[in-house]
Amino acid sequence: MSRLWRASPLTYFALVAAGVMSVFPIYWMFVVASRSSDAMGQLPPPVTPGGNLGANIARLFANTDAYFLTGLINSAIVAITVTVSVVFFSTIAGFAFAKLRFRGSNALLMIIIATMMVPTQLGVIPLYILMTKLNLNDRLPAVIMPALVTGFGVFMMRQYAGQAVSSELIEAARVDGCGTARVYWNVVVPALRPAAAVLGLLTFMTTWNDFLWPYAVLNDPENPTVQLSLRALSDGYYQDMSQVFTGTAIATLPLLLVFVLFGRQIIGGIMEGAVKA
Amino acid sequence: MALQLDARPPGTPAPRATRPSRAGRLSRIDAKYSPYLYIAPFFVIFAIFGAWPLAYTFWVSLHDWDLLGSNPTFIGADNYTRLLADSDFWHSVVNTLGIFVLSTVPQLLAALWLANLLNRQLRMRTGWRMTVLVPNVTSTAAVAIVFGVLFGREFGMVNWLLDLVGVDGIEWKSNRFASWVAISTMVDWRWTGYNALIFLAAMQAIPRDLYEAAAIDGANRARQFWTITVPLLKPTIIFCVIISTIGGLQLFTEPRLFHSGTNAIRGGPMRESQTMTMYMFENAFAPYYNFGYGSAVAWLLFALIAIVAAINVLIIRRLGAGARPDTGKRKGGSR
Repeated sequence: MSRLWRASPLTYFALVAAGVMSVFPIYWMFVVASRSSDAMGQLPPPVTPGGNLGANIARLFANTDAYFLTGLINSAIVAITVTVSVVFFSTIAGFAFAKLRFRGSNALLMIIIATMMVPTQLGVIPLYILMTKLNLNDRLPAVIMPALVTGFGVFMMRQYAGQAVSSELIEAARVDGCGTARVYWNVVVPALRPAAAVLGLLTFMTTWNDFLWPYAVLNDPENPTVQLSLRALSDGYYQDMSQVFTGTAIATLPLLLVFVLFGRQIIGGIMEGAVKA
Repeated sequence: MALQLDARPPGTPAPRATRPSRAGRLSRIDAKYSPYLYIAPFFVIFAIFGAWPLAYTFWVSLHDWDLLGSNPTFIGADNYTRLLADSDFWHSVVNTLGIFVLSTVPQLLAALWLANLLNRQLRMRTGWRMTVLVPNVTSTAAVAIVFGVLFGREFGMVNWLLDLVGVDGIEWKSNRFASWVAISTMVDWRWTGYNALIFLAAMQAIPRDLYEAAAIDGANRARQFWTITVPLLKPTIIFCVIISTIGGLQLFTEPRLFHSGTNAIRGGPMRESQTMTMYMFENAFAPYYNFGYGSAVAWLLFALIAIVAAINVLIIRRLGAGARPDTGKRKGGSR
């Protein structure tokens, strides 16, 4: 990459400043989570970890208002189900748009791109009425079902399939007597795997984070997602901040873990998507 | 091998291919209709859980519709008339727009600057990119709670830092403008790095010789940035502005969890930072369950998003007009 400008010490200084600002609130969350509950009343505020993390975790899971363990399990169920579904439907639809010829494909693709711009969050009221009719209020399927597909996923897979899936290979498989379903499974899925992994990671993180719709439809405090457990902790009458922060830290941990392991791929996915969008 | 391709797609000399005509017909049906089968799940699910609710919101907004919903009464535009005379609603509109401006403008400027920094020969390239993106991969709810504490009145770190430089503590939660600033800071913190990476991707696609030519003509780095980089980034900037508009005007989680307690859905004791989505939620769900009124808020918010997005695009088109004849080449070409 010799075509790039050199970085001056000033560049690094600015980047370090930006980096500190990016990381500090997360770091501090873990600091407070590892201290005793009186850490919040100290000035200057503590900035080094304490030794209370274990005790805070124990109190958090024993807290009868937050149902934190249920929240974690529920969030895992929702996020994993949605991720599998989005990746499956997106790869198969993306393949159809990129590699199969059918009438109306361009118009249908435009509709899918348009759905990415639709603020579907504004439809929560009829969605709530619908879930009430289906008797799904307070239950996880109500959270899962609306998230099973995304226009973003289909579009992303379509863009990637256009270049990554070889048309010759598809033709060859056809000649060997494969129907489109087997072409999908034997040719398309292996070729799409890297992009599908990125889509899966992004979907997992978005779903794990989702707040408004679960907040509207899961009113039973005993059956929350983890974000709703955080809300219960934060709104509690008795605010024990080191316990609340332990909750926020644990709720953030799976996301950070995914990011540390697959950060390079996630960044690649975001940047490639930007150039193509 | 290639010769066979067009001749007979399904013609496999399989041992049991006794009725090739039937197999051929099946495969033709497969080729013609299976694509629809593959894209159908998206359209079916989106229609039921995305498009229909949004459209039906309008129908609900024309009714007096409560939780039981046994016999909603059609009341025409009554909800809208009431809403337009509702000072709490207008309060939330102003809050939404205020927070939106405070969170979007600095965010995109900072992202441009950050992308410009990252677009250099750096040691540990991926490390820096991950560092600026990490705010984006945290839990929104968790971050809102953490920032709520950082901006606390008595023991918040921000007020403590301000105190060190001799500024009196600020009432971040009960002063209207201050609460906008605090919430916008949260949004900026989360999205600046993400937008910077998108800008960076677009910057890397700009041919280097443009800069070399400009340098020969005597343009310094700052001038090159404003006359080459920014105009060429216009399609990407428009994309980011539209995405930020759609997201920013629907802001909910950050302001909701910035406040805590029983009335947090109001965004502070005097609705200091209640956004329109929060106002919709307050009316539509517990304890009021006034679906009709909430739906009217949703539709007016929808209209506001469309208007603001259109205005933004117009402004940006105008700003960059004349700088360069055509910037959409690369974008259009890759579609």
